[in-house]
Amino acid sequence: MAQFLPLQQAVADNLNDGDTVAFEGFTHLIPHAAAHEAIRQGRRNLTLIRMTPDIVYDQMIGMGMADKAVFSYAGNPGVGLLRRLRDAVENSWPQPLAIEEHSHAAMANAYEAGASGLPLAVFRGYRGAGLAEVNPNIKSILCPFTGEKLAAVPALRPDVTFIHAQKANKRGDVLVEGIIGIQKEAVLAARRSVVTVEEVVDNFDDIHPNACILPRWTVTAISVVPGGAHPSYAHGYYDRDNAAYLQWDEIAADRDRFQAWMSDNVLNARPDDFADRVQNLRSKP
Amino acid sequence: MSATAFTPDEMMTIAASRALTNDDVCFVGIGAPSAACNVARLTHAPDITLIYESGTIGTAPDVLPLSIGDGELCETAVTTVSVPEMFRYWLQGGRVSIGFLGAAQLDKFGNINTTVIGDYHHPKTRLPGGGGAPEIATSSGEIFITMKQTLRGMVEKIDFYTSFGHGDGGDHRERLGITTKGPTLLITDLAIWRPDPVSKEFTVFSLHPGVSREDVQKNCGWVVTFASTLEVTPEPTALELKTLRDLKARTQAAHEGAGKGVSSHG
Repeated sequence: MAQFLPLQQAVADNLNDGDTVAFEGFTHLIPHAAAHEAIRQGRRNLTLIRMTPDIVYDQMIGMGMADKAVFSYAGNPGVGLLRRLRDAVENSWPQPLAIEEHSHAAMANAYEAGASGLPLAVFRGYRGAGLAEVNPNIKSILCPFTGEKLAAVPALRPDVTFIHAQKANKRGDVLVEGIIGIQKEAVLAARRSVVTVEEVVDNFDDIHPNACILPRWTVTAISVVPGGAHPSYAHGYYDRDNAAYLQWDEIAADRDRFQAWMSDNVLNARPDDFADRVQNLRSKP
Repeated sequence: MSATAFTPDEMMTIAASRALTNDDVCFVGIGAPSAACNVARLTHAPDITLIYESGTIGTAPDVLPLSIGDGELCETAVTTVSVPEMFRYWLQGGRVSIGFLGAAQLDKFGNINTTVIGDYHHPKTRLPGGGGAPEIATSSGEIFITMKQTLRGMVEKIDFYTSFGHGDGGDHRERLGITTKGPTLLITDLAIWRPDPVSKEFTVFSLHPGVSREDVQKNCGWVVTFASTLEVTPEPTALELKTLRDLKARTQAAHEGAGKGVSSHG
């Protein structure tokens, strides 16, 4: 049952060294505030899962928190490459990073399998694709009815999933709107889940009956962190900070500059700082 | 006919946009394809269905998205579905007529690499990876590719098969049980290419205005085959150019204008 907790406590209670963890969000609603709290708490030896590891995984990898990354597109969206991830893969800095690489279709299916309680995902994919040769977790299976050869990957079952959402109601139900990505599946596939939200409202009486809602008994902890998705965006609350993504390319290009930025903006910052960062990006009413 | 000057990049985008029709359901890949798809929508194909892998179906953005998940894609879409639904029902289900992809590295059979330069396990350059492309390449009815020609980009042998095109050529797709057409069109900044019906090797059938065969060969890492009768790509019309330039100007203004939230921690 969802407990409302300060972010510091929600992260401390739910993320341990060595965990397999997903901080999900498909361009939209990326849980930056939660990830920054995990960085401040100095968790180590994590396996990081995410379809589209972008700035926030670049930061965690650059801070030496991850032993392994499971992903399907490791880029700074619309900008280019992830320079800290590259430095880890190409030069083992600050430590080696194992990678398990998939396609989006595989990751999406694997989360869905995890949420469905299945051991594997089956789909028509990876035909002729080089990943099937370098990733031992990509196998095939024959359809027992038609004989068609299909791709198979293991289900994703994170120890804990972190997401950011627009709002919770006072009971602890969570609403996700706009580009909903893979968040529902990532929460339902995980043993524990932590959701940061923009705000808490009395009830969801005015919400469309088919809206994407995570009932309170599927969520472990909720923390109210306005702006907590910055520099990604929260549909209906604030816009994507495209300039920050462009700037990250320069910040992450240099190890010293990266470490200085992390010190100023993460290690010596607090969850409350996120509200200021979206002040000029707030959606017009 | 317009007498306005245009750049090779503009010619590429406009030539690519002309390949799309009103009835197409087009899965828009990240990068260069996005501009072409939206120019088509804003000119001759107003009812084209554009799909981005963030789950936005039938989107009509006023500015080009910086990422495939910008909010405007959702705000202007007919519907927005979850990512697993996107890949299962809509792509794997066979609803997409054209997958439009860009490429970091391309070979003459339309195989694409966006994963690594060098060895996979010890890469010289680690690129972002495939994202949705491996399945877009095999589940879309056919594939269009657009990229600028360079010797580094168009190579005899790609370092990694991120997305399968025609493999080693011929009937390689059929032999792998792939029933879709694969790459049927390549639009570069210099020319328009189509695969040979038998060998499946990309063949130049139209040169953009002012481009020579030598220009195409100089910027391509394999020995280029030209069709026996070469066409010249019609140059951009005034409307096409204006549409593209307005779109780019709106896009630039929108992306620069969003930067004010970062000053405190840049």
